[in-house]
Amino acid sequence: MLEILRKTDIDFMGKRRWAFLFSGIMVVLGIVAVIQVARGSANLGIDFAGGTAVQLKFDQAIRVDEARKALEANGLADAELQEFGQENKLLIRLKASTTIEEKVAERVVAVFTKEFPSNHFVVDSSMEIGPTIGQKLQQDALIAVVISFAGIIFYVAARFELRFGIAAALATFHDVLAVLGAFYVLDKEITLLVVTALLTLAGYSMTDTVVVFDRIRENLRMRRRDSEETIINNAVNQVLSRTIVTSFTVVLVLIPLTLAGGEVLHDFSLALLWGVIFGTYSSIFVASPLLLLWPGASGRLLKRS
Amino acid sequence: MLALVVVLSVIFFIPSYQPFYQALPGWLKKVMPNKGITLGLDLQGGIHLVMEVDEDRAVEIAVDRSVVSLQDGLVDKKIPVESVARTGPAQVTIQFQNAELKAQIQKLNDDYPTFSETQSAGTANRLVWELREIEVKRIKDSAINQALETIRNRIDQFGVAEPMVQRQGLKQIVVQLPGVKEPKRARDLIKETALLEFKMLDEDNQPKLDLPARIPKDKEADVLKQVEGKLPEGDQILFERAFEKDTGREYRIPYLVKKRVMLTGDVLSDARVSIGQFNDPYVSITFDAKGGREFERITGDNVKKRMAVVLDNTIYSAPVIQDRITGGRAQITGTFSMQEANDLAIVLRAGALPAPLKIIQDLTVGPSLGKDSIEKGVQATLFAGAMVVVFMIVYYRMSGVIADFALVLNLLCLIGALSALNATLTLPGIAGIVLTMGMGVDSNVLIFERIREELRLGKAVRLAVDGGYDKALLTIVDSHVTTLITGVALFLFGTGPIKGFAVTLCLGIGINLFTALIGTKVIFDLLNQRHKVEQLSI
Repeated sequence: MLEILRKTDIDFMGKRRWAFLFSGIMVVLGIVAVIQVARGSANLGIDFAGGTAVQLKFDQAIRVDEARKALEANGLADAELQEFGQENKLLIRLKASTTIEEKVAERVVAVFTKEFPSNHFVVDSSMEIGPTIGQKLQQDALIAVVISFAGIIFYVAARFELRFGIAAALATFHDVLAVLGAFYVLDKEITLLVVTALLTLAGYSMTDTVVVFDRIRENLRMRRRDSEETIINNAVNQVLSRTIVTSFTVVLVLIPLTLAGGEVLHDFSLALLWGVIFGTYSSIFVASPLLLLWPGASGRLLKRS
Repeated sequence: MLALVVVLSVIFFIPSYQPFYQALPGWLKKVMPNKGITLGLDLQGGIHLVMEVDEDRAVEIAVDRSVVSLQDGLVDKKIPVESVARTGPAQVTIQFQNAELKAQIQKLNDDYPTFSETQSAGTANRLVWELREIEVKRIKDSAINQALETIRNRIDQFGVAEPMVQRQGLKQIVVQLPGVKEPKRARDLIKETALLEFKMLDEDNQPKLDLPARIPKDKEADVLKQVEGKLPEGDQILFERAFEKDTGREYRIPYLVKKRVMLTGDVLSDARVSIGQFNDPYVSITFDAKGGREFERITGDNVKKRMAVVLDNTIYSAPVIQDRITGGRAQITGTFSMQEANDLAIVLRAGALPAPLKIIQDLTVGPSLGKDSIEKGVQATLFAGAMVVVFMIVYYRMSGVIADFALVLNLLCLIGALSALNATLTLPGIAGIVLTMGMGVDSNVLIFERIREELRLGKAVRLAVDGGYDKALLTIVDSHVTTLITGVALFLFGTGPIKGFAVTLCLGIGINLFTALIGTKVIFDLLNQRHKVEQLSI
């Protein structure tokens, strides 16, 4: 039988200090990102912040600086431009200071028709969103996050024990914050799709953590004499090959989606890809050590069974 | 049971794959479900609009109408008043010089039961009426319903396959038009208030104002500023849109128009495009019986005067009434393209919106982007899937084949279920499918790793398989339920694309549990029964 890992015996718990340090940094980054989002200074997508986005597909290559000049000359100076190289696609975004009644999308199209008469183009997509809708979406997304977290803590607490529930939720929170932080640092746009990806990875990371916790619970019941630290370490080692194989297959799916899934799926898949990597890391190095931090007797689980 | 699920899935799956579905014999089509998965706007292109009805404006418009009818009533009863005007959102003020008229006018209130008199605001020469609160609420409420109805009518006549027009929340309307080729035209058609009014020009006073003969488009504000404060009581400036003959350039002609509305588009029974003698399209309208009589009376009373045909506060033409017009027909001329005339006829037939609409969300996806995303998404997904399939076989050999079979079964059931629900597949939905595939693989990996552990302990194949499944069961259920919780939260609170993602995720999780825990186990058991398996290829 082909195996990536044979029986391993790595002292994961002993390395928890380093892990906590690294995770601490990522979480701080994530919190900074959340604060910036709340203050409205992060790179929020049009769907949350309100505004206009128009994507044009040209017949010939178009230079971004020329396009910017053309827009500035026509009073659209605060436009953000992004090009998708090989296909002569240009994404023009204008944030919400302008109201939708102004027909910004049509103005953008008019500017390009006028300034680049020889370069024919089609409108790939256009999106105009009023600021009130954006706020509603932000609110809805927040509610969805809070409800799903509460539900997960409740379920895991009921199936295991409160400290497992909280450790799992913290680890999941850590993953979401880490990816959000990474997006913030790289100044990637946070759109509705990215939030979907964050919620998906929350579910995924949860799955990963639950698998490890299941094994810990099983071992706690069978081997009463070992210290809790040893038991947890063993459990992590036992499921390590499963953790790695699974993460590997998911990464295997996500890499082609990120590279070749088209511009719409790109950020979504990227967020998920990072999420899977962080999620795998966190279920080994964050969730399980967190159990040890919980004050109290190690025998509580046994009494329950 | 496994076989039944597979057959059902295939039956529901087929309509989603059109080329194959079309090739089926007719009798089979009749008994088969005929609708597959609908592609979302992001995949096939189209428009998604969220609009808000300007309710306050709807109330104002209703009050304005009452003002006009009140004016008429006062004239009929020969009660001389100074002015009747709307002085607030829902307030009408009547000024009169002769204080003895007050009681007479107060009596008229009986004809307008929706208004109540605000005595505190009145004086000896002034009466103030306020629209009752309950009526304000009714108008606002009916405004959105009326707008829905009107938009539905217009879209039906525009001709869009499977449009969706829905009320969302209290005052929002969602319109989805998949596959529309001319988004701008469709948007204008929906948004146009299409309030048709006939008003008289104030030819006596116009010369005093010294209006320019014509102005460029977009310079209307300058003219309005110029005449500010000089307008005669009850008059307004409106602009006619016109085009230069040789260059086709658009310009505006300002007119002094009496505010009083002689007739509105309510009384139309039909509107059609006709072609004039110079091959220029115009719209001919037919009034209903009441409107026809009214129009005859108005034109009869105003022979040799000019009447403006006003649509959404823009004059389309201002012809001189040559003679009394009988027969209940009229024409709206102006410089139209064939398409403009066509769209105008549509909005006139479908009726006016009760109030202007404000577009608060507008997503337009061109058909080419949709095609691109499908192709790329599908290609990437297929490629990713192939890699996973190969990996599973390399890593788990024969058992990998079984896992791959489960994966295919999974996909088949999921698409079958989506078709059966007539779900709309969006890009995030595809992502959701990919994710459930990942979870399906994960379940199998969990089981196989457990079986390997059991085998390492030296257990017989059959016991190892049973043990592996037993022990992995709890883990799989736990991990699926936690993800399901996320999925349900997303479904309940997510909007639009997120909801689509949640649907595929939740369905996928359910199907996954089935295929992982029952589907593959059946195959292992079959293998064990037929051949005494000594060594498991895992």
